Amino acid sequence: METILHAKNINKFFHDPVDFQVLKDISFDVIKGEFLTIIGKSGCGKSTLLYILSTMDTEYSGNLTIHNELVTGYKQDKLAAIRNNKIGFVFQFHYLLSEFSCLKNVMIPALKLGKFSTEEIEAKAYEKLDILGLKDQALKPASKLSGGQQQRVAIARALINDPLIIICDEPTGNLDTKNTEIIFDIFKELTQYQGQTIIAVTHDNDFAKASDRTIEMQDGKIINWDLKETI
Amino acid sequence: MKYAINSEIAFTYITSNKKLTMVAALGVVLGIAVYIFMNSMMAGFDKQINDLVFRSISHIRIFKDDEVSRPIRNADSSASLIVNPKVVPIVNTILNPKMVIKLLEAQPDVTVVSPQINVSVFYNNGKSQIGGASLGFLPEKGNQMYNIKSFMVDGNFDDLKNNQNGILIGSGISRKMNLNVGDNISLTSSKGVTKVMNIMGIFQTNNSREDKSRSYINLQAAQQLLQQGASYVTDINVNVIDYSKADQYSASFSALTGYKAEDWKTANETLVAGVRMRRIVISFVSYTILLVAGFGIYNILNMTVTSKINDIAILKAIGFKGGDVVRIFVTQALTVGFIGIVLGVFCASILIFWLQHVYIGGDIGYFPIDFSFIEFMKAIGLGFLITFLAGYIPARKAAQVDPVSIFRK
Repeated sequence: METILHAKNINKFFHDPVDFQVLKDISFDVIKGEFLTIIGKSGCGKSTLLYILSTMDTEYSGNLTIHNELVTGYKQDKLAAIRNNKIGFVFQFHYLLSEFSCLKNVMIPALKLGKFSTEEIEAKAYEKLDILGLKDQALKPASKLSGGQQQRVAIARALINDPLIIICDEPTGNLDTKNTEIIFDIFKELTQYQGQTIIAVTHDNDFAKASDRTIEMQDGKIINWDLKETI
Repeated sequence: MKYAINSEIAFTYITSNKKLTMVAALGVVLGIAVYIFMNSMMAGFDKQINDLVFRSISHIRIFKDDEVSRPIRNADSSASLIVNPKVVPIVNTILNPKMVIKLLEAQPDVTVVSPQINVSVFYNNGKSQIGGASLGFLPEKGNQMYNIKSFMVDGNFDDLKNNQNGILIGSGISRKMNLNVGDNISLTSSKGVTKVMNIMGIFQTNNSREDKSRSYINLQAAQQLLQQGASYVTDINVNVIDYSKADQYSASFSALTGYKAEDWKTANETLVAGVRMRRIVISFVSYTILLVAGFGIYNILNMTVTSKINDIAILKAIGFKGGDVVRIFVTQALTVGFIGIVLGVFCASILIFWLQHVYIGGDIGYFPIDFSFIEFMKAIGLGFLITFLAGYIPARKAAQVDPVSIFRK
């Protein structure tokens, strides 16, 4: 089994308003094709950990290896290129560019990557929207869609570059059961058949239960590496 | 070709908020139009004033300066010496003027060289007498230098050439003494020589002091009035191609001829100071207006950055570099600037074209304003510089947005 992400001795401090250690010596591996969820109470540091794993937060100590490449200490621009190529993002809020059509929103990361021609990217974006059941909404402005649809467009955007890892922060936090189920099924399919890895922070216990593995955190420490096994 | 996603995002932001874009562009339009208009007007005024000034003075005047007597004995001799320095009473003529003229004419950038004599005279007609100054010159050279034909109001300038006793008088003298073309006027010089001259023409400079005292005569007539020979010349006046650089030539002419060469700026410091003052004020005002237009763009971009902070965060998350974000917003600023500059140049052109056809009257004629290519180029260059800076500052702020801090809210 191939390790896709490796975190070793991650420590992080907040200095404002008082010195406070958010993450305490966190080490773990994520395997390729794994659907990993991280749960824990508010303030336990799970989001902070997620943003470190996503390479957006660089103020930590320890080592982070993504796809056998030690990314700790890289410059912002290099990290941006890695994110563009290897990581997809889904947040609680969709963060779509409201002035653009859904199709364009999905295309933007691929246009930035510049690996394919515009026609190829467009075809691929349609394909991803089709998977998420939004093909007929493609040319509508992103702001005209319902919340569930917007979140699915955001997922299509995360998938456009076929990233190795998809990082999700409460992906179903704002969604009803039906939409949650749709998204969950998509994630399941991605990990099982596409070999993509998903790391998701969630409050939703049902969502966590259905994932391959659940890490539980408390006070900046991992207290359980695989919750299901313990249960 | 790589797809220009940065530009596309920039243009989408511009077109999605047309009202803000138009307001920002309008600021630039006004800034550019006023800048070009004011500077073109200043260029026109300068030209007008210089035209008026160079009716009575040349760019460079070469003359023999008064010498002050000095003690013959060495200063370090032990004997104390009482000296009373004063102007040496020698003739202030230029020796061998023909050679000096030839020498000056051979210089590069020299357009006209005119030998002249200034004579203080009394104009007499019957009982009435007016004091004044008569300028003796070679009519052809004199006209080239002062463009006298352009302000003649009666008679014919060329007649002066054909009549050694001809004279051109100012309109003030003509009015005071009730003299017209063809009448005689008698001139008495400081040497006591009286000469009856025939009026060939009347000119009007609209400088009333000049018009009431000035007259033009032939060089020989002036020599006769001063009881001097044919080689007597007090001044050699020189015009160069670019009058604004006259001060650079005067030093070299002085060294070349051995006489004092004085440029018009030194001789007319008050005038030059006035022009400079006006230039400072107009430059200050026009730059300020351009700068205010820049602030308009800056404000609107700052607003855009604040309202699009979520977009910036997600763009950075999905792999846009800091430089990409800067490019997006600078492209936006430059596009607004470009629209503003194009329209501003258009407005300024219309305004200048319209004013050029407004008749002011009097000595000025049409409104003194010119299409100044340099000012247009300067305005375009400055416009782009200011819009770039106005865009770059908020863009850099946008590039420094930390996406994590946005996502965690």
